[in-house]
Amino acid sequence: MWGSFRAETIKAVKRPATWLLAAIGWILSLIFTYLVPYAGYVGDTGGPTSDRLLSDMLPANLVGNSIAGLPVFYGAIMIILGVLVVGGEYGWGTWKTVLVQGPSRMAVFGGKLAVLAVTTLGVLLGTFALGAVASVAIAAAESQPVHWPGPADLVTGVGAGWLIAMMWGAFGGLLAVALRGVALAVGLGLVWALAVQNLLAGIAAPLLDWVAQMQKGLPGPNAGSLVATLGAPADTPGVDALVGSGQATLVLAVYLVAFAAVSAGLLRRRDVL
Amino acid sequence: MTLPVETEGLTKRYGHVTAVDGISLTVRPGEVYGFLGPNGAGKTTTLRMLLGLVRPTAGSARIFGEAPGAPGHLASVGALIEGPGFYPYLSGRDNLRVVARYSGTGEGRIDTVLDLVDLRDRAGDKFGTYSMGMKQRLGVAAALLKDPRLLILDEPTNGLDPAGMADMRTLVRRLGTAGTTIMLSSHLLGEVQQICDRVGVVAGGRLVAESTVAQLRGQATLRVVAEPLEHATARARALLGADRVRVRDGGLDLAVEPEKAAWVNAELVDAGVAVSELRVRERTLEEVFLELTNDVG
Repeated sequence: MWGSFRAETIKAVKRPATWLLAAIGWILSLIFTYLVPYAGYVGDTGGPTSDRLLSDMLPANLVGNSIAGLPVFYGAIMIILGVLVVGGEYGWGTWKTVLVQGPSRMAVFGGKLAVLAVTTLGVLLGTFALGAVASVAIAAAESQPVHWPGPADLVTGVGAGWLIAMMWGAFGGLLAVALRGVALAVGLGLVWALAVQNLLAGIAAPLLDWVAQMQKGLPGPNAGSLVATLGAPADTPGVDALVGSGQATLVLAVYLVAFAAVSAGLLRRRDVL
Repeated sequence: MTLPVETEGLTKRYGHVTAVDGISLTVRPGEVYGFLGPNGAGKTTTLRMLLGLVRPTAGSARIFGEAPGAPGHLASVGALIEGPGFYPYLSGRDNLRVVARYSGTGEGRIDTVLDLVDLRDRAGDKFGTYSMGMKQRLGVAAALLKDPRLLILDEPTNGLDPAGMADMRTLVRRLGTAGTTIMLSSHLLGEVQQICDRVGVVAGGRLVAESTVAQLRGQATLRVVAEPLEHATARARALLGADRVRVRDGGLDLAVEPEKAAWVNAELVDAGVAVSELRVRERTLEEVFLELTNDVG
């Protein structure tokens, strides 16, 4: 699997789409976590959330701010990342090139998951780093004292964010494997992350109790619950403490394993055409 | 003796469609084996089953005694299947680095194989900018990275210009001479006739012939055009036996060694036959191929 991981590393590092997705995630995170709220705070724009507390943007809230987007918009980016890492071979017809070199299908898939794990962690750490810079800048601009989260909180936050990011990435990978392609997998992944989840939470759940109960077992609401317990702003889309952090962590871990296992099973069983 | 390639009753069905129907073939050590067949005959599916990309419905395949999927089954096999598949955003060299890492062979042979396919000057360019011929050559380079004992090439000259095709033939010959066993799928019969030791012909998913090129083409015949034809036929049958004389298209095909042409001519002339044409006729592989595949079709 080490050889597959090294091969996947070249592909991921030199692929412009990897960097583009990371950059989009970082830029959106900066804009909607820091720049827009700060502009509202400074300009007193009169918008519905313009009274957001300055304290929400300071370094003490770095953990919650950095992982708040993962239930929805950052999750969508991770789905695309997962589709690209796992499913790129379908688009370019490279499965045959890879597999005739001799690695087992499971070794190749393991290498892909490992690279996906490293990539999602890198994107997440980048988000934390940029958030740290932005929050310190805001603190300096507003002459506020800088208090950082404790190391344990940081590790917990990164760990939780990584779990959510990997779960979404594995979901993207499963879509790519199941649909044997990239385009439809990306499309369906985005529909789920950006549309279906919101429709369930915003329209169906308030009307139907069984939908509200079912939500507690879905990946998005569990991601939202986990980041909510770690300090993500409650006004962020998808952030809502429907379940406790323990259940959320378990459900997300089960989804991650299940997505990976089903993908592996399909890859192992299917012909490479 | 462990054969490089051995299949027995290899079969692949997709629903009601039988793509490969009980193919049993062998490729012997050191030979260049041509795997021929019209489009859709089942060549690529057979090769995919050999390489473990497609699971057989029935039958078995072995490469150097190992079944597809067994650890190490492709350790000494290089393959180019149904066109080159590479990453367009990576350079040719980086694509070979990726391949080398998957195969675990190290990157030491990259320059060597780039030289072999004459692609070193463009190795730094992105694969997406390559011409079809260059892509094909990179595919062959990737297949050679492992310095394989068995090379499986599926239509390796696709997309190559005449000079590229000649280079590819030279390369395959050179590798064959150096002891690499080569299984070459192609529909370019002239190419196969020039470089292959043995051929297997597949049609409708079945192996319809497997032998050396010479055996498949059969003995050369003498073509005789003479008048009166009836008289010439009778004389030829008296000389050679009825089973060695065939009347076709206003002339005779005589199953006789070419060096007896002068003797045949003299005998016919002595018998009062006017011989207007007498030449050695060799069947091309293409003629044999068309006969075999049309019979099935």
